[in-house]
Amino acid sequence: MSHTKTMPPEYYAQLEQIQAIDFVIVELNLYLDTHPHDYQAIQQYNQCTYESKRLKKQFEKQFGPLMHFGRSYSNYPWNWDDTPWPWQV
Amino acid sequence: MSHTNKKYWYPYVSPYDPCKPITVKSYPTPPQLYMGFQPPNLAQFETPKQALFHGTLWPALYSKYDKRGDET
Amino acid sequence: MWYYEKKLQYPVKVRECNPRLAKYLIEQYGGADGELSAALRYLNQRYTIPGKVIGLLNDIGTEEFAHLEMIATMVYKLTKDASPEQLKEAGLAPHYVNHDGALFYHNSAGNPWTAEYIQAKGDPIADIYEDIAAEEKARATYQWIINVSDDPELNDSLRFLREREIVHSQRFREAVEILKEERDKKTIF
Repeated sequence: MSHTKTMPPEYYAQLEQIQAIDFVIVELNLYLDTHPHDYQAIQQYNQCTYESKRLKKQFEKQFGPLMHFGRSYSNYPWNWDDTPWPWQV
Repeated sequence: MSHTNKKYWYPYVSPYDPCKPITVKSYPTPPQLYMGFQPPNLAQFETPKQALFHGTLWPALYSKYDKRGDET
Repeated sequence: MWYYEKKLQYPVKVRECNPRLAKYLIEQYGGADGELSAALRYLNQRYTIPGKVIGLLNDIGTEEFAHLEMIATMVYKLTKDASPEQLKEAGLAPHYVNHDGALFYHNSAGNPWTAEYIQAKGDPIADIYEDIAAEEKARATYQWIINVSDDPELNDSLRFLREREIVHSQRFREAVEILKEERDKKTIF
């Protein structure tokens, strides 16, 4: 039995949106580590965090949990460990 | 903050060099060498996707890299 | 502690089965200036660095694990389902007889990863300068891999990783400036 669960184009499209917003968050995070008083950057960081949470909630409804250890909710049956993993898609 | 992304140098060429000599060599000098402490409110890429695909949020830190030989 | 998120930091697309390219890329997996070295170097240094730059070492160290996963994904995709014959042609027979298709922490020449690749001097300036050098060396390695790679989609992901070295180097350079500042002059009671 081969695991040919082809992911639909929306999977890739939504994932890319998440990758993009999370990337901005990483960039702002590292910047703020050396610029802790940049108020505007902190505002942008918080806005992006809000947007990221929104996108992930939507993604997880269709494609299952993005995170483990209580950072995402599970369906029945347990679907955290469903394929595909990031290196497989 | 204006600088070139690449510097050139001219190595010594001996008539007894067996490989075809490269007369001009270059090396990259990307923006982090010049920026100093990053100033606040630098212009950002317009969309998160543009930032992602450039690998940085700020055009001023972006360094294009092409395969050696591709560029003129 | 850490949490895993089921996504890559940046999309990795590979055009064709190409074990030879995987052999080159493994340099950034288990090589001296690779992503494993980077992650372990920074996360280990954070215990003894002044408080003002702990966060930076913590966060860059964490991002390096995401890069390690991208490199692993590239190697995995480039070699997935390759036959022993194909691996042999790519110069990977010595890898195959020891590991089959498994990934391993070694460099392009097959030398296993060693803690000797990383330093922890305890002197904040020495440690951050080491980190800046590590980022520039990793940037150079990505350049040389891009130069020998003929997979345009893979090169796109490699350019992303090269750019990240530049941003990390920028932040470490700022960390040096923070450590140089006279802000917290020793108070004598």
